[in-house]
Amino acid sequence: MRIGLDIGSTTIKCVVLDEQENIVFSTYERHHSHILELGGALLKTVREKYVRGDKAILAISGSAGMGLADTAEIPFVQEVYATRVAASRLAPDTDCVIELGGEDAKILFLTHGIEVRMNGSCAGGTGAFIDQMATLLKMSSDEMDREAQKATRTYTIASRCGVFAKSDVQPLINQGAQAGDIAASIYQAVVNQTIAGLAQGRPIEGNVLYLGGPLTFSKCLRDSFDKTLGVTGVCPENSLFYVALGAAYYADREISLSEAEKRLAAYSSTATYLGMPPLFETREDYWEFHNRHMKASVPRVEFTEDTKNVHIGIDSGSTTIKMVIIDRDGNILHTWYRPNDGNPVPLIRDEMLKVYREHPNMTVSSVTASGYGEELMKHAFHCDFGLVETVAHFTAARHFLPDVDFIIDIGGQDMKCFRIEDGAISNIFLNEACSSGCGSFLQTFAEALGYDVQEFARMGLYAKKPVDLGSRCTVFMNSSVKQAQKDGATVEDISAGLSISVVKNALYKVIRCASPEELGRKVVVQGGTFYNEAVLRAFEQEMGIEVIRPDIAGLMGAFGAALHGLEHARDAKSTFLSAEALEHFEQKTQAVPCQGCGNHCLLTINTFADGERFISGNRCDKPVTGHAADDALNLYAYKLDCLEQLAADEGEAVRGTVGIPLCLNMYELLPFWHAFWRTLGYKVIVSPVSTRKLYQKGQGTIPSDTACYPAKLAHGHIAALAEKHPDFIFYPCMSYNLDEKLGDNHYNCPIVAYYPEVLQDNCRELQDVTFLRDFIDLSDRKEFMKRFPKILKKHLPDLNAKEIRKAAEAGYAAYEAHMEDIRRKGAEIISEARKQGTRIIVLAGRPYHVDPEVNHGIDKLIARLGAAVITEDSLVGLIPKFETSVLNQWTYHSRLYAAAKWCTQQKDADLVQLVSFGCGLDAITTDETREILQSGGKLYTQLKIDEITNLGTVNIRLRSLFAALKEREEGN
Amino acid sequence: MAYLTPNFTKEMMKDYTVLIPNMCPIQFRMLKSAMESEGYHRVELLGSGDSNVTQLGLKYVHNDTCYPALIVIGQFLDALNSGRYDVHKTGLLISQSGGGCRASNYIKLLRKALVRSGYEYVPVASFNASGLEKGSILPFTVRMIMKAFAGIQYGDLIAALRNQVVPYEIHKGDAEAMTEKWLGIVDGWIRQNKNYMVSSFKKVFRMITADFASVAVNRVPKVKVGVVGEIYVKFSPTGNNELQKFLESQDCEVNLPGLMGYLEYCCANWEMDTEFYGLSPLMGRAAGLVLDLMNHAGNIMSKVMKEYGFTAPGSFKDLMKKPEGILSLGTKMGEGWLLTGEMVELIENGYSNIVCAQPFGCLPNHIAGKGVINKIRERFPEANITPVDYDPSATKVNQENRIKLMLAVAKENLQNDQ
Repeated sequence: MRIGLDIGSTTIKCVVLDEQENIVFSTYERHHSHILELGGALLKTVREKYVRGDKAILAISGSAGMGLADTAEIPFVQEVYATRVAASRLAPDTDCVIELGGEDAKILFLTHGIEVRMNGSCAGGTGAFIDQMATLLKMSSDEMDREAQKATRTYTIASRCGVFAKSDVQPLINQGAQAGDIAASIYQAVVNQTIAGLAQGRPIEGNVLYLGGPLTFSKCLRDSFDKTLGVTGVCPENSLFYVALGAAYYADREISLSEAEKRLAAYSSTATYLGMPPLFETREDYWEFHNRHMKASVPRVEFTEDTKNVHIGIDSGSTTIKMVIIDRDGNILHTWYRPNDGNPVPLIRDEMLKVYREHPNMTVSSVTASGYGEELMKHAFHCDFGLVETVAHFTAARHFLPDVDFIIDIGGQDMKCFRIEDGAISNIFLNEACSSGCGSFLQTFAEALGYDVQEFARMGLYAKKPVDLGSRCTVFMNSSVKQAQKDGATVEDISAGLSISVVKNALYKVIRCASPEELGRKVVVQGGTFYNEAVLRAFEQEMGIEVIRPDIAGLMGAFGAALHGLEHARDAKSTFLSAEALEHFEQKTQAVPCQGCGNHCLLTINTFADGERFISGNRCDKPVTGHAADDALNLYAYKLDCLEQLAADEGEAVRGTVGIPLCLNMYELLPFWHAFWRTLGYKVIVSPVSTRKLYQKGQGTIPSDTACYPAKLAHGHIAALAEKHPDFIFYPCMSYNLDEKLGDNHYNCPIVAYYPEVLQDNCRELQDVTFLRDFIDLSDRKEFMKRFPKILKKHLPDLNAKEIRKAAEAGYAAYEAHMEDIRRKGAEIISEARKQGTRIIVLAGRPYHVDPEVNHGIDKLIARLGAAVITEDSLVGLIPKFETSVLNQWTYHSRLYAAAKWCTQQKDADLVQLVSFGCGLDAITTDETREILQSGGKLYTQLKIDEITNLGTVNIRLRSLFAALKEREEGN
Repeated sequence: MAYLTPNFTKEMMKDYTVLIPNMCPIQFRMLKSAMESEGYHRVELLGSGDSNVTQLGLKYVHNDTCYPALIVIGQFLDALNSGRYDVHKTGLLISQSGGGCRASNYIKLLRKALVRSGYEYVPVASFNASGLEKGSILPFTVRMIMKAFAGIQYGDLIAALRNQVVPYEIHKGDAEAMTEKWLGIVDGWIRQNKNYMVSSFKKVFRMITADFASVAVNRVPKVKVGVVGEIYVKFSPTGNNELQKFLESQDCEVNLPGLMGYLEYCCANWEMDTEFYGLSPLMGRAAGLVLDLMNHAGNIMSKVMKEYGFTAPGSFKDLMKKPEGILSLGTKMGEGWLLTGEMVELIENGYSNIVCAQPFGCLPNHIAGKGVINKIRERFPEANITPVDYDPSATKVNQENRIKLMLAVAKENLQNDQ
């Protein structure tokens, strides 16, 4: 008898083979992390039913099987290797295996040099990812597959990790996109992720084998792979059991099964993990804590015959709707909370009709809308006021603690923290798309372990030794939780550990504070997650302070909105739709791709009974106003325009053609090299401005999936250039940038400095075209004039030193003129903005953040919100070098610090920092920029961007900034 | 706004305890002897600490900062909190490469963490040769530098020999005991001002190598694994979850290219800066001379090792030729071309199974690590390289699983070769 046991991240699989290697038994089940128990039980069943005697040849495999194998002293086979063993026996003519599991994705190349690849620790993707998405779509995996087969189009969904993808999928659901289309897009995202993340430049061709749960169960996923790869892959018999079969084939030792079972049972009872002190030592501690928090409550009163002049607050969030009705004394009359089912409009209509019906004498004085759906609510129901949700939360918190100085709101999906100084919001922290430690995070784990979330949270209160789980994203957390379980942690300990981790995530990752002093003493915590007393306790323990948790913690946005109405409308009459109008209310929703420009945004057009229209999903005002956005006060648009004009001016190919990829530092140096090569008589072909399509053209050759998006885009630019067949492509390596004398050194970041080397080593296109990527340094002009001719003549012997120097002079002149032009235009925008009384925003990033595919139109969004947008490089020269607390050694970042400093000296200018995901340097620069701004009394706003950005969140963030600025101004 | 903590001054040498994060347990022990025998009151090497040092680091340093910075700063704070040192008589030593990657900023992050955790009076010394932190460069004597140089050289040799004996020794523990013995001897020499001059190297190399060669071994073919990567996680057991121990538990021979290579790499970069950018010709020439000396010492060591039948690295000047066609020597941030060069050399020396250890999100490693692997595989089809990311919450299980996959392929290759 041979037995193979495959314990994956979510499922456990077992096969038993007889002497002729026929499968006599196989099983596939979800283990809900009860690995030890299930593993032991499975061994027992197999022993009793299939094994004569006690001994069998056995091996264990699978990502969660390693520790178990050690414990039970059973040989372990690495799972990818097991797959290979099985594949070479069962399907020997296979060239490539693609296997997706619960949490991992693997590609095995079997011919022409064996290679095995697994997803990196950052890539969520795969089975758990598909499950998560299915939950979001309220479908089972089967339904999702069926729906996807009816799809007519696909949307772009970030495939890097589940948390990212969620923020792409949710808006699609909210905008009413077809479920089938979304489902198909999710599968396509998995395909892209697998190819980009794992193939890393090696082509997948020949006979392809599909293995593992997701590929076995979803036809649509297999079809997506087939289509994208241009192959016809096969999902073989027993595709779920290849790893288990491989383990069985590979096994070479007889094991006593009963002994192994005993060892497993013994291991379960030891607790060897890293623990933390319990949340509550005694029941008394708990009750004292509980009673203290019960005090923070809002009086509730009943509707009476003569309840008049009520104020209503509606908080329409990304997944839920909340409503609070208060009387003119601020007492709560009614609260309402529910999931929005993707479209809040009919739900609110029904609820309001119910309220009207039940309280016919009631008069409404104001209705205030807040949250993601604010605009939609205003258009649909004619609300009196709209309020940015951050301000709504602040308004509510102030009600409980008038001199509050810090508010932390942890909801189901997002986390918002604000610091309050002098009665106004002085700093806003939002969770970035990658750190998920919110309510839904706890829920996900509760469900994975088979509990209801509230029950799960309560279990943690008296945990004896909470697991220390660190403070990272869900994907990492999964493996930590499993590890802890294997090490004997109870569900109670894990529950408490997760609650503590939510708190640590908020404190150290989102807020970045080290001690209560930095947070403030008067703290209000709110959001649904704080109903969880384990989280609340963990927060107080971690910071060593007592905080206020209102009894309506989950309704604070709506309550704040209602209070806003009360403050501003008192006894007025609301413009909100009457009961009669609501009766006849109807909403028509239509999703159409916008034809206004190349972006083809998916527009959702809502038309209401009274003819009111509301368009969402747009990045610019064109579909609303009919004409293009006004970019007069947008320096990003101007810069991009300059570069595009330059790129269009290709010139004559007297000597030949040179291709220049418009990526990374070329966004700054294009004027230099354009003039340089044109002067030498070359036709200059510049790769087009980035698009999603261009990115996908190059995604197969990206060797590191955690590099920043601007770097990844470079692969697409090379692919696009190669199609135009220039004589050679020019993209030099530059350790050093130009020296603007703002810092202690003038480096480039390692990526900008050396990315041409990565392109050379990985882009297949460069095998057929000459790629000049020499190391040069433009900062010392004299040295450059001396060295560059020598370097260039190695490749282009026809050129003489004199003309190279002349061309370089022209390059320097063009570069300086360009930068001068940017500064001039910046100054012009500033003075025009001041004339118009418009606020000025320095949208600070690097030169390549001008790329619309990188900045996702954030510049235009700011312009739409009524501010002038300038760049950090337009301010060079206005601020002399100054002392920073970090080593100021990168040219682009020195500009950033200087721009921050400049803002502190202006009344009407503020800085918003763009940070590309994966930018290591920004771990240093963000804290520094924040400090510079704060020490000058300015707000700091950071926007993290990647392949995909949820503009809804960005919008709220920016509007909060503007609201806070306005409030500060009014306060002064 | 600058976070100003005191500079470390010469006067502090005599009664301050200097804390150093223990990056390379063997080589740094020699560094400690070199410092203590040259006027330093007391030097302590910090290990994995009392509390969870990473959590402490996460609390005071931006969470997206590289893992080595989080650990090192966590280690310092843990030590200061431990009560074992008089915090008013304690100084911290941190190295600074001065290159274009984030590592040059560790010292600034450390200062900030000290201020934020209430240790603003604790002085920090910088170990760098780039002219950074002028007021706070670690005080040194020429003899201390020479002793440190000898200590690292001897340490590299002892570590290399140990690694080549441990998997094959007949009596378990022989090589470890011999390592301890030699570390004790060298430590004594350094403290007694003996055998630290380059002129003694040949003799000492022979003594040590001959002794290791005398251990009874059974040289059956075993999986040979090379470890390269970002310098801290490559060497530090705290940083790489005891990678070497794990590999040895899997019955592998491990080859960690020595610490001297990194120092030579730094010198080579200064020399080449003159060539690439025309920067400070004087500095370039000086670096060139030091490099020649190091290269010379390395050559002697290799020769002796080979004489006794051990695998030895080639000369550093040869190593510099290895990245050709894969990565330019201009790639000088982080471990740059050294990382690529070491991978090629390891493969050529029969260590075609390689763990490339890097902190999660390490920028230079996108280039010199992950970025070149395809090209290396193209050139050396036998190359079996696995990049492993280290991060505060990357789990050991996940890392070991990845390494086990690499080892499974390695074992198969080994069987096919036989």
